[in-house]
Amino acid sequence: MDESLRKPPPRSWVQAWFDPRRRDLGTFAFVLNRVTALGLTLYLFLHLIMLGNLARGPEAYGRFLETIEHPVFVFGEYLVVLAGLIHGFNGIRIALTSFGIGVPYQKRIFVALMVIAAVAGVIFGVRMFAV
Amino acid sequence: MGTPIWKITCQVYRQKDGETAHYDEFAMEADPDEYVLDVVERIWAFHDRSLTFRHACHHSTCGACGMRVNGVEKLTCITPIREVTADGGTIKIDPMRNFPVVSDLVVDMGLFYRRMELVGHQPVLPVTEAGVIENSRRPQDRDGQEQMLRLADCIECGLCISACPIAATDPDYLGPAVLAGAQQNGLDRGRHLLEIVDHEEGVWRCHSVYECTAVCPSYVEPAWRIMDLRKQVVKTRFKRLFQPKGK
Repeated sequence: MDESLRKPPPRSWVQAWFDPRRRDLGTFAFVLNRVTALGLTLYLFLHLIMLGNLARGPEAYGRFLETIEHPVFVFGEYLVVLAGLIHGFNGIRIALTSFGIGVPYQKRIFVALMVIAAVAGVIFGVRMFAV
Repeated sequence: MGTPIWKITCQVYRQKDGETAHYDEFAMEADPDEYVLDVVERIWAFHDRSLTFRHACHHSTCGACGMRVNGVEKLTCITPIREVTADGGTIKIDPMRNFPVVSDLVVDMGLFYRRMELVGHQPVLPVTEAGVIENSRRPQDRDGQEQMLRLADCIECGLCISACPIAATDPDYLGPAVLAGAQQNGLDRGRHLLEIVDHEEGVWRCHSVYECTAVCPSYVEPAWRIMDLRKQVVKTRFKRLFQPKGK
Protein backbone atom coordinates (compact mmCIF):
# COMPACT_ATOMS: atom_id res chain seq x y z
CA MET A 1 0.00 0.00 0.00
CA ASP A 2 1.30 3.45 -0.93
CA GLU A 3 2.10 5.09 2.41
CA SER A 4 1.96 8.54 0.81
CA LEU A 5 -1.82 8.23 0.57
CA ARG A 6 -3.47 10.26 3.28
CA LYS A 7 -5.52 8.68 6.03
CA PRO A 8 -8.21 10.69 7.79
CA PRO A 9 -7.46 11.78 11.34
CA PRO A 10 -9.35 9.41 13.67
CA ARG A 11 -12.37 11.04 15.26
CA SER A 12 -13.05 11.05 18.97
CA TRP A 13 -14.61 7.67 19.81
CA VAL A 14 -16.99 9.42 22.20
CA GLN A 15 -18.51 11.36 19.30
CA ALA A 16 -18.20 8.56 16.75
CA TRP A 17 -19.70 5.83 18.91
CA PHE A 18 -22.22 7.59 21.12
CA ASP A 19 -23.93 10.09 18.84
CA PRO A 20 -26.91 8.37 17.19
CA ARG A 21 -28.52 11.59 15.91
CA ARG A 22 -29.83 11.30 12.33
CA ARG A 23 -28.58 7.74 12.08
CA ASP A 24 -30.41 4.51 11.36
CA LEU A 25 -31.68 1.95 13.88
CA GLY A 26 -28.39 0.02 13.62
CA THR A 27 -26.52 2.89 15.26
CA PHE A 28 -28.97 2.93 18.18
CA ALA A 29 -28.33 -0.81 18.61
CA PHE A 30 -24.58 -0.18 18.42
CA VAL A 31 -24.74 2.63 21.00
CA LEU A 32 -26.91 0.53 23.32
CA ASN A 33 -24.44 -2.33 23.07
CA ARG A 34 -21.48 -0.04 23.84
CA VAL A 35 -23.18 1.70 26.78
CA THR A 36 -24.41 -1.53 28.35
CA ALA A 37 -21.01 -3.19 27.82
CA LEU A 38 -19.25 -0.33 29.60
CA GLY A 39 -21.84 -0.43 32.40
CA LEU A 40 -21.45 -4.18 32.86
CA THR A 41 -17.65 -3.91 32.86
CA LEU A 42 -17.81 -1.18 35.50
CA TYR A 43 -20.17 -3.35 37.55
CA LEU A 44 -17.76 -6.28 37.31
CA PHE A 45 -14.99 -4.18 38.85
CA LEU A 46 -17.30 -2.85 41.58
CA HIS A 47 -18.47 -6.39 42.26
CA LEU A 48 -14.91 -7.63 42.72
CA ILE A 49 -14.08 -4.71 45.01
CA MET A 50 -17.20 -5.42 47.06
CA LEU A 51 -16.34 -9.11 47.33
CA GLY A 52 -13.04 -7.96 48.80
CA ASN A 53 -15.08 -7.20 51.97
CA LEU A 54 -15.23 -10.95 52.57
CA ALA A 55 -11.54 -10.85 53.38
CA ARG A 56 -12.22 -8.34 56.13
CA GLY A 57 -14.32 -10.77 58.14
CA PRO A 58 -18.00 -11.64 58.58
CA GLU A 59 -18.89 -8.47 60.49
CA ALA A 60 -17.54 -6.16 57.81
CA TYR A 61 -19.31 -8.15 55.15
CA GLY A 62 -22.56 -8.05 57.15
CA ARG A 63 -22.33 -4.25 57.41
CA PHE A 64 -21.69 -4.07 53.70
CA LEU A 65 -24.79 -6.18 52.94
CA GLU A 66 -26.87 -3.82 55.09
CA THR A 67 -25.55 -0.88 53.11
CA ILE A 68 -26.48 -2.30 49.71
CA GLU A 69 -30.07 -2.87 50.79
CA HIS A 70 -30.52 0.89 50.40
CA PRO A 71 -32.96 1.66 47.51
CA VAL A 72 -30.24 3.50 45.58
CA PHE A 73 -28.15 0.32 45.42
CA VAL A 74 -31.21 -1.79 44.58
CA PHE A 75 -31.91 0.58 41.67
CA GLY A 76 -28.27 0.24 40.63
CA GLU A 77 -28.66 -3.54 40.61
CA TYR A 78 -31.80 -3.14 38.52
CA LEU A 79 -29.80 -1.13 35.96
CA VAL A 80 -27.28 -3.99 35.85
CA VAL A 81 -30.12 -6.44 35.14
CA LEU A 82 -31.46 -4.18 32.38
CA ALA A 83 -27.98 -3.79 30.87
CA GLY A 84 -27.51 -7.57 30.95
CA LEU A 85 -30.86 -8.13 29.22
CA ILE A 86 -30.26 -5.52 26.51
CA HIS A 87 -26.67 -6.58 25.88
CA GLY A 88 -27.51 -10.28 25.92
CA PHE A 89 -30.50 -10.08 23.58
CA ASN A 90 -28.74 -7.64 21.23
CA GLY A 91 -25.82 -10.07 21.27
CA ILE A 92 -28.09 -12.78 19.91
CA ARG A 93 -28.91 -10.54 16.93
CA ILE A 94 -25.24 -9.79 16.33
CA ALA A 95 -24.22 -13.44 16.64
CA LEU A 96 -26.89 -14.50 14.13
CA THR A 97 -26.31 -11.76 11.58
CA SER A 98 -22.52 -11.90 11.87
CA PHE A 99 -22.63 -15.16 9.98
CA GLY A 100 -25.30 -14.16 7.53
CA ILE A 101 -28.39 -15.41 9.36
CA GLY A 102 -31.34 -13.03 9.09
CA VAL A 103 -29.31 -10.05 7.82
CA PRO A 104 -32.19 -8.61 5.74
CA TYR A 105 -34.38 -8.74 8.86
CA GLN A 106 -31.83 -7.36 11.35
CA LYS A 107 -33.97 -4.32 12.23
CA ARG A 108 -37.03 -6.45 12.93
CA ILE A 109 -34.92 -8.92 14.90
CA PHE A 110 -33.53 -6.03 16.97
CA VAL A 111 -36.98 -4.61 17.72
CA ALA A 112 -38.38 -8.04 18.62
CA LEU A 113 -35.46 -8.84 20.94
CA MET A 114 -35.67 -5.44 22.62
CA VAL A 115 -39.39 -5.98 23.23
CA ILE A 116 -38.51 -9.30 24.91
CA ALA A 117 -35.79 -7.52 26.94
CA ALA A 118 -38.29 -4.83 27.98
CA VAL A 119 -40.87 -7.40 29.08
CA ALA A 120 -38.20 -9.29 31.03
CA GLY A 121 -37.06 -5.95 32.52
CA VAL A 122 -40.60 -5.21 33.76
CA ILE A 123 -40.87 -8.69 35.31
CA PHE A 124 -37.51 -8.26 37.07
CA GLY A 125 -38.50 -4.75 38.20
CA VAL A 126 -41.76 -5.93 39.71
CA ARG A 127 -39.97 -8.72 41.60
CA MET A 128 -37.09 -6.52 42.77
CA PHE A 129 -39.15 -3.53 43.91
CA ALA A 130 -42.19 -5.41 45.23
CA VAL A 131 -42.80 -4.43 48.83
CA MET B 1 -50.34 26.69 -11.52
CA GLY B 2 -46.61 27.40 -11.70
CA THR B 3 -43.92 25.43 -10.00
CA PRO B 4 -43.62 26.46 -6.35
CA ILE B 5 -40.32 28.04 -5.45
CA TRP B 6 -38.98 27.57 -1.94
CA LYS B 7 -36.76 29.97 -0.08
CA ILE B 8 -34.11 27.97 1.73
CA THR B 9 -30.87 28.62 3.56
CA CYS B 10 -27.83 26.53 2.71
CA GLN B 11 -25.14 26.21 5.35
CA VAL B 12 -22.07 25.02 3.50
CA TYR B 13 -18.94 23.64 5.15
CA ARG B 14 -15.87 25.62 4.16
CA GLN B 15 -12.27 24.72 4.81
CA LYS B 16 -9.32 25.65 2.67
CA ASP B 17 -5.84 24.37 3.33
CA GLY B 18 -4.66 25.42 6.77
CA GLU B 19 -7.85 27.32 7.61
CA THR B 20 -10.19 26.63 10.48
CA ALA B 21 -13.43 25.03 9.30
CA HIS B 22 -16.56 27.18 9.30
CA TYR B 23 -19.96 27.38 7.61
CA ASP B 24 -21.03 29.94 5.01
CA GLU B 25 -24.73 30.65 4.67
CA PHE B 26 -26.40 31.23 1.33
CA ALA B 27 -30.03 32.32 0.91
CA MET B 28 -31.27 30.40 -2.10
CA GLU B 29 -34.46 29.92 -4.07
CA ALA B 30 -35.05 26.35 -5.12
CA ASP B 31 -37.61 24.22 -6.86
CA PRO B 32 -38.44 21.51 -4.30
CA ASP B 33 -38.10 18.88 -7.00
CA GLU B 34 -34.61 19.84 -8.06
CA TYR B 35 -31.63 18.18 -6.45
CA VAL B 36 -29.24 19.30 -3.75
CA LEU B 37 -26.37 19.22 -6.25
CA ASP B 38 -28.23 21.70 -8.49
CA VAL B 39 -28.38 24.16 -5.59
CA VAL B 40 -24.71 23.63 -4.73
CA GLU B 41 -23.84 24.33 -8.36
CA ARG B 42 -25.88 27.56 -8.28
CA ILE B 43 -24.08 28.63 -5.10
CA TRP B 44 -20.80 28.16 -6.98
CA ALA B 45 -22.07 29.82 -10.17
CA PHE B 46 -23.78 32.88 -8.71
CA HIS B 47 -22.51 33.39 -5.16
CA ASP B 48 -19.03 32.03 -4.54
CA ARG B 49 -16.72 30.75 -7.25
CA SER B 50 -14.20 29.62 -4.66
CA LEU B 51 -16.50 26.82 -3.44
CA THR B 52 -15.06 23.44 -4.35
CA PHE B 53 -17.05 20.22 -4.73
CA ARG B 54 -16.96 17.09 -6.89
CA HIS B 55 -19.57 16.14 -9.45
CA ALA B 56 -19.78 14.65 -12.91
CA CYS B 57 -22.66 12.56 -14.24
CA HIS B 58 -25.71 13.98 -12.44
CA HIS B 59 -27.45 10.59 -12.54
CA SER B 60 -25.94 8.50 -9.73
CA THR B 61 -23.47 6.63 -11.89
CA CYS B 62 -20.11 8.27 -11.22
CA GLY B 63 -20.37 8.44 -7.41
CA ALA B 64 -18.54 11.77 -7.30
CA CYS B 65 -21.06 13.97 -5.50
CA GLY B 66 -21.32 12.16 -2.17
CA MET B 67 -21.76 14.61 0.71
CA ARG B 68 -23.53 14.80 4.04
CA VAL B 69 -26.84 16.59 3.84
CA ASN B 70 -28.23 17.51 7.26
CA GLY B 71 -25.79 15.01 8.75
CA VAL B 72 -26.79 12.08 6.55
CA GLU B 73 -24.70 10.69 3.70
CA LYS B 74 -26.39 11.39 0.37
CA LEU B 75 -25.59 11.25 -3.30
CA THR B 76 -26.56 14.86 -3.89
CA CYS B 77 -27.40 14.43 -7.58
CA ILE B 78 -30.38 12.22 -6.70
CA THR B 79 -31.44 13.84 -3.42
CA PRO B 80 -34.44 16.11 -4.02
CA ILE B 81 -34.66 19.32 -2.02
CA ARG B 82 -38.13 18.38 -0.70
CA GLU B 83 -36.64 15.24 0.83
CA VAL B 84 -34.25 17.17 3.08
CA THR B 85 -35.97 20.44 3.98
CA ALA B 86 -39.17 22.48 3.66
CA ASP B 87 -40.01 25.96 2.41
CA GLY B 88 -38.13 28.40 4.67
CA GLY B 89 -35.94 25.60 5.98
CA THR B 90 -32.19 25.07 6.16
CA ILE B 91 -29.92 22.53 4.52
CA LYS B 92 -26.57 21.84 6.10
CA ILE B 93 -24.03 20.47 3.63
CA ASP B 94 -20.84 18.84 4.87
CA PRO B 95 -18.09 16.83 3.21
CA MET B 96 -18.05 13.08 3.80
CA ARG B 97 -16.62 11.93 7.11
CA ASN B 98 -13.71 9.55 7.55
CA PHE B 99 -11.81 10.99 4.59
CA PRO B 100 -9.23 13.79 4.78
CA VAL B 101 -10.79 17.08 3.62
CA VAL B 102 -8.93 18.54 0.65
CA SER B 103 -10.99 21.71 0.24
CA ASP B 104 -14.56 22.58 1.26
CA LEU B 105 -16.72 19.63 0.16
CA VAL B 106 -13.92 17.74 -1.59
CA VAL B 107 -12.31 14.83 0.23
CA ASP B 108 -9.20 12.80 -0.58
CA MET B 109 -10.38 9.38 -1.75
CA GLY B 110 -6.97 8.16 -2.94
CA LEU B 111 -6.49 5.56 -0.22
CA PHE B 112 -10.05 4.29 -0.70
CA TYR B 113 -9.58 3.82 -4.44
CA ARG B 114 -6.24 2.08 -3.85
CA ARG B 115 -7.90 -0.34 -1.43
CA MET B 116 -10.66 -1.03 -3.97
CA GLU B 117 -7.97 -1.90 -6.52
CA LEU B 118 -6.24 -4.08 -3.96
CA VAL B 119 -9.28 -6.34 -3.62
CA GLY B 120 -9.72 -6.48 -7.39
CA HIS B 121 -12.93 -4.50 -7.57
CA GLN B 122 -13.71 -3.73 -11.20
CA PRO B 123 -16.74 -1.49 -11.48
CA VAL B 124 -16.38 -1.22 -15.27
CA LEU B 125 -14.59 -3.15 -17.99
CA PRO B 126 -14.37 -2.69 -21.76
CA VAL B 127 -17.28 -4.71 -23.15
CA THR B 128 -14.91 -6.97 -25.08
CA GLU B 129 -13.07 -7.96 -21.89
CA ALA B 130 -16.28 -8.50 -19.98
CA GLY B 131 -16.96 -11.62 -22.02
CA VAL B 132 -20.45 -10.66 -23.10
CA ILE B 133 -19.74 -10.19 -26.81
CA GLU B 134 -17.33 -11.63 -29.34
CA ASN B 135 -13.87 -10.08 -29.31
CA SER B 136 -14.05 -9.44 -33.05
CA ARG B 137 -16.69 -6.76 -32.46
CA ARG B 138 -15.25 -3.75 -30.72
CA PRO B 139 -18.17 -1.37 -30.18
CA GLN B 140 -17.24 2.24 -29.78
CA ASP B 141 -19.18 5.15 -28.44
CA ARG B 142 -19.74 8.40 -30.35
CA ASP B 143 -16.34 9.76 -29.28
CA GLY B 144 -14.55 6.73 -30.68
CA GLN B 145 -13.79 5.38 -27.22
CA GLU B 146 -14.27 1.72 -26.51
CA GLN B 147 -17.57 1.12 -24.75
CA MET B 148 -17.41 0.09 -21.12
CA LEU B 149 -19.73 -2.25 -19.30
CA ARG B 150 -20.68 -1.79 -15.68
CA LEU B 151 -19.99 -5.02 -13.81
CA ALA B 152 -20.82 -4.13 -10.25
CA ASP B 153 -23.39 -1.97 -8.58
CA CYS B 154 -20.88 -0.22 -6.32
CA ILE B 155 -20.15 3.24 -7.75
CA GLU B 156 -17.29 3.86 -5.28
CA CYS B 157 -18.97 6.95 -3.85
CA GLY B 158 -17.57 6.32 -0.36
CA LEU B 159 -20.84 7.09 1.45
CA CYS B 160 -20.67 3.78 3.33
CA ILE B 161 -17.20 4.61 4.66
CA SER B 162 -18.45 8.02 5.77
CA ALA B 163 -21.40 6.50 7.65
CA CYS B 164 -19.40 3.74 9.36
CA PRO B 165 -18.59 4.46 13.04
CA ILE B 166 -15.73 1.95 12.95
CA ALA B 167 -14.05 3.73 10.04
CA ALA B 168 -14.38 6.91 12.10
CA THR B 169 -12.12 5.69 14.86
CA ASP B 170 -9.93 3.25 12.94
CA PRO B 171 -8.42 4.70 9.73
CA ASP B 172 -6.79 1.32 9.00
CA TYR B 173 -10.15 -0.48 8.76
CA LEU B 174 -10.68 -1.49 5.13
CA GLY B 175 -14.29 -0.36 5.27
CA PRO B 176 -17.62 -1.58 3.87
CA ALA B 177 -17.15 -0.82 0.15
CA VAL B 178 -13.74 -2.50 0.03
CA LEU B 179 -14.97 -5.62 1.82
CA ALA B 180 -18.07 -5.68 -0.41
CA GLY B 181 -15.75 -5.47 -3.42
CA ALA B 182 -13.78 -8.45 -2.12
CA GLN B 183 -17.00 -10.40 -1.59
CA GLN B 184 -18.15 -9.66 -5.14
CA ASN B 185 -14.80 -10.75 -6.46
CA GLY B 186 -14.91 -13.97 -4.41
CA LEU B 187 -12.13 -15.42 -2.25
CA ASP B 188 -11.58 -18.28 -4.69
CA ARG B 189 -10.37 -15.81 -7.33
CA GLY B 190 -7.22 -14.82 -5.52
CA ARG B 191 -5.34 -16.31 -2.60
CA HIS B 192 -4.09 -12.85 -1.63
CA LEU B 193 -7.67 -11.72 -1.00
CA LEU B 194 -8.01 -14.08 1.96
CA GLU B 195 -4.96 -12.58 3.63
CA ILE B 196 -6.28 -9.06 3.04
CA VAL B 197 -9.78 -9.55 4.40
CA ASP B 198 -9.12 -12.19 7.11
CA HIS B 199 -7.34 -9.62 9.19
CA GLU B 200 -8.00 -7.56 12.30
CA GLU B 201 -8.53 -4.52 10.05
CA GLY B 202 -10.62 -6.53 7.62
CA VAL B 203 -13.81 -8.50 7.79
CA TRP B 204 -13.71 -9.05 11.57
CA ARG B 205 -13.54 -5.32 12.41
CA CYS B 206 -17.18 -4.75 11.36
CA HIS B 207 -19.45 -4.24 14.38
CA SER B 208 -22.80 -4.85 12.68
CA VAL B 209 -24.05 -1.26 12.69
CA TYR B 210 -25.56 -1.54 9.17
CA GLU B 211 -25.22 2.19 8.46
CA CYS B 212 -23.36 1.28 5.25
CA THR B 213 -26.41 -0.51 3.91
CA ALA B 214 -28.71 2.28 5.12
CA VAL B 215 -26.89 5.00 3.13
CA CYS B 216 -25.79 3.04 0.02
CA PRO B 217 -27.42 4.71 -3.02
CA SER B 218 -26.82 1.67 -5.24
CA TYR B 219 -28.36 -1.02 -3.02
CA VAL B 220 -25.06 -2.89 -2.88
CA GLU B 221 -25.89 -3.99 0.70
CA PRO B 222 -22.30 -3.84 1.94
CA ALA B 223 -23.26 -5.17 5.39
CA TRP B 224 -24.80 -8.33 3.96
CA ARG B 225 -21.71 -8.77 1.78
CA ILE B 226 -19.38 -8.42 4.78
CA MET B 227 -21.33 -11.11 6.63
CA ASP B 228 -21.23 -13.33 3.55
CA LEU B 229 -17.50 -12.71 3.24
CA ARG B 230 -17.07 -13.95 6.81
CA LYS B 231 -18.75 -17.19 5.80
CA GLN B 232 -16.40 -17.43 2.81
CA VAL B 233 -13.38 -16.85 5.08
CA VAL B 234 -14.43 -19.53 7.57
CA LYS B 235 -15.23 -21.99 4.77
CA THR B 236 -11.91 -21.37 3.02
CA ARG B 237 -9.89 -21.66 6.23
CA PHE B 238 -11.73 -24.86 7.16
CA LYS B 239 -11.09 -26.37 3.73
CA ARG B 240 -7.40 -25.58 4.02
CA LEU B 241 -7.16 -27.54 7.26
CA PHE B 242 -7.71 -30.70 5.22
CA GLN B 243 -5.55 -29.74 2.25
CA PRO B 244 -2.08 -31.28 1.96
CA LYS B 245 0.59 -28.72 2.77
CA GLY B 246 2.08 -26.88 -0.20
CA LYS B 247 -1.15 -26.86 -2.21
